[in-house]
Amino acid sequence: MQVNDNKDFQPTIVAFCCNWCSYAGADLSGTNRLQYPANVKIIRIPCSCRLNPIFILRAFQRGADGVILCGCHPGDCHYTTGNYYARRRMSLLFSMLDYLGIEKERTRVEWVSAAEGAKFAATMNEFVDAVTKLGRNHRLEDLRCKKQ
Amino acid sequence: MKKMQAANLNDFFRAAAAAETVYLPVDSADGARFMKYEDGVTLSMACNTTRSAKDFFFPQVENLVDFKVDGKKIEVIDGREEVEDFVIFGVRACDLASFEILDRVYLNTPPVDSYYKNRREHGTVITLACGRPQETCFCKVFGIDAADPAGDVTCWMLGDDIYFRANTEKGEKLIAACGSLLTDVDEAPVENAKTAIRAMVDKLPIKDLKLDKISERHLLENFNSSVWKDLYESCIGCGTCTFVCPTCQCFDVREFKTNEGVKRFRCWDSCMYSDFTKMAAGNNRLSQLERFRQRFMHKLVYFPANNDGVYSCVGCGRCLKSCPISMNIVKVAKALGGEANE
Amino acid sequence: MQEAMKARAKELLADGSVNRVAGWKIGEFSYDITPAIFETAEEIDRDFVYDDFCGANLSKYLISQSRKEGKILVFLKPCDSYSFAQLLKEHRIIRENVYIIGIECYGKADINKIREKGIDGVLGIKESGSSFVIDSIYGEATVPKMDVYAERCLVCKSKKHAVYDELIGEEGDVVPSSRFDKVAELEAMTPDERFEFWRGELSRCIRCNACRNVCPACSCENCVFDNPNSGIANKAAADSFEENMFHIIRAFHVAGRCTDCGECSRVCPQNIPLHLLNRKFIKDINEFYGEYQAGENPDEKAPLTNFTFDDCEPSIVYKRGGNQ
Repeated sequence: MQVNDNKDFQPTIVAFCCNWCSYAGADLSGTNRLQYPANVKIIRIPCSCRLNPIFILRAFQRGADGVILCGCHPGDCHYTTGNYYARRRMSLLFSMLDYLGIEKERTRVEWVSAAEGAKFAATMNEFVDAVTKLGRNHRLEDLRCKKQ
Repeated sequence: MKKMQAANLNDFFRAAAAAETVYLPVDSADGARFMKYEDGVTLSMACNTTRSAKDFFFPQVENLVDFKVDGKKIEVIDGREEVEDFVIFGVRACDLASFEILDRVYLNTPPVDSYYKNRREHGTVITLACGRPQETCFCKVFGIDAADPAGDVTCWMLGDDIYFRANTEKGEKLIAACGSLLTDVDEAPVENAKTAIRAMVDKLPIKDLKLDKISERHLLENFNSSVWKDLYESCIGCGTCTFVCPTCQCFDVREFKTNEGVKRFRCWDSCMYSDFTKMAAGNNRLSQLERFRQRFMHKLVYFPANNDGVYSCVGCGRCLKSCPISMNIVKVAKALGGEANE
Repeated sequence: MQEAMKARAKELLADGSVNRVAGWKIGEFSYDITPAIFETAEEIDRDFVYDDFCGANLSKYLISQSRKEGKILVFLKPCDSYSFAQLLKEHRIIRENVYIIGIECYGKADINKIREKGIDGVLGIKESGSSFVIDSIYGEATVPKMDVYAERCLVCKSKKHAVYDELIGEEGDVVPSSRFDKVAELEAMTPDERFEFWRGELSRCIRCNACRNVCPACSCENCVFDNPNSGIANKAAADSFEENMFHIIRAFHVAGRCTDCGECSRVCPQNIPLHLLNRKFIKDINEFYGEYQAGENPDEKAPLTNFTFDDCEPSIVYKRGGNQ
């Protein structure tokens, strides 16, 4: 298990947020002036089940240190069932990444509704902390994309 | 001719590795493969490596140029550097012959490929006469002598002794650097060994493959032959045969967008792939039959037609061993060559 | 067995019930057998073979063959029939154009295992009871069949066919299999050890695409890795990331559809145990969503196109055992 000893390390986090719940949740946390780290780059997707595993891997390839998927709570999907499929896919994908020896703490799924601005900020704070502890992503990085 | 005890082989590698990097075949999970010499690494006794030795001069992926993009400014960075000298030990006669074929493509006809040239000039090749040819070997078909390959230095392993013969200036230098390990000897034992190896090669099952009906003179007949239709259907269109082949030399130039610019690199391509030589106007070989035919016609007809009759196959037998469905150049040549091969 | 198959194939060709026969064709040596399409009785008499080296799975050829004119006869071993049934479920094969004869199989030999035993220069292999008598340039050798059977056959999951029109030989049963043992062994390692293990294996990949092209579950007309518009197309792994990427995405794409036929590992020229990736997904699916065997039940929904309201959360991955 690698431990980060670089005190100045600032992780890059990619958050894929569902348009209907979590993206609005992120918005709400902003209007409520709740703080979460600027390391989090939000990418809006129409539904959590739009998240192709390729997106996650490409985020890591291009320099992400952690990837989080936020979607509507199970049962609340704007398209009725999208997040149920996403839930199965992510469970299997994360398990595979773990099987390949890639730190499982770098990937996460969290259900955040449009009303949960506080939960969004808290989730991001906690996730950024967890990834900061892990340090830079070395196991799924593409050396060609590294800053020279 | 020089001689050394086989037990001292590691000392020889160590002496050679002091001056430059030494690569040698080593047993691993995928069969023998060329690895860098380090203490504790021992020479594989396998007939040949799973992947060919072409990787040293023509690696699977090679950076050509970098572009650094900053706003509207584009900086072109030529990352080429002189390759350091290196030694490849244990190259078999077939792989050595493949270097000559690659030279024809990349060195002998303009434009000279400077990336290839760079590596070729810095490599010293120590060949090793075959001791245990396999059923899949058919180098004799192409006039290759497994018993006496050239290269910078030639080695024979005979029981407890290894015999060295330097063939070039580079080879002389290398042998001189390891001089204290070697003693001068007579050539007689090596001559006997050569005879024995040739006798062994003469017993191989496919050494008599007939190629006289496959040539430029029969080009249209070969091209339009009905055998392609019968043979291609089992081909799954993977690139295994082309990637393990020591003479396959096609590549594609690709670009990768990094976070700061663009990397232009080349990588091996395979004529078995549907996007091989795809151009703006589309693809020139649309069916697997055409692609399958292209590979064998290139090796056995087109290449010799343009290169003084030299076939682009050295009979190493790697494709015979690796093809997922055991379709290979021998089966094709037999089918195409007609009754002569029955 | 082989003679019965030849006779039946010729019979069906003669009475016009089929126009072509998909089978295995004899090679130069006993072990290099090629899948082939036979059109005449003479071809069958001359070249058709069925023995311990007919490991190749013929079901994927039916995607294109069933779209040709006329009807085709195909011989399927039990594990091949699962791949066929799965392709059928995905509407990739036109069933009316295929006549299936199920054939029994007690395991197939792996020539690499014979070579690993130090037996080289193999010219011919004969069966003798439960052993192979191998004739080589360097003499004769005898090995017990079990010692050189392919890994996938040693942990065979079913001797029963998922689909067939008629059978030659006896129909077997689904058998208990220890195929997940190696996966469990890897799971018990630390992440660092697992990472090292997979780097060692996947770094040997030469991206020849043999695993993808032979895989009956990989039946996309244009793979993302070949499609220049996908953003991840590549012809060779230019970075270790791309080695990981290709194998993760490929395994993920066939998750829930992979029948564990083992062709990927059989064809890999670099000897990478690719089946361990697929088996991990199968094992996880079994543990998370209940036992599922792709190709077994034509009406059952595939695990990744299905869900229940109380599925486990992805956080199960953090909670589960896994050494840190």
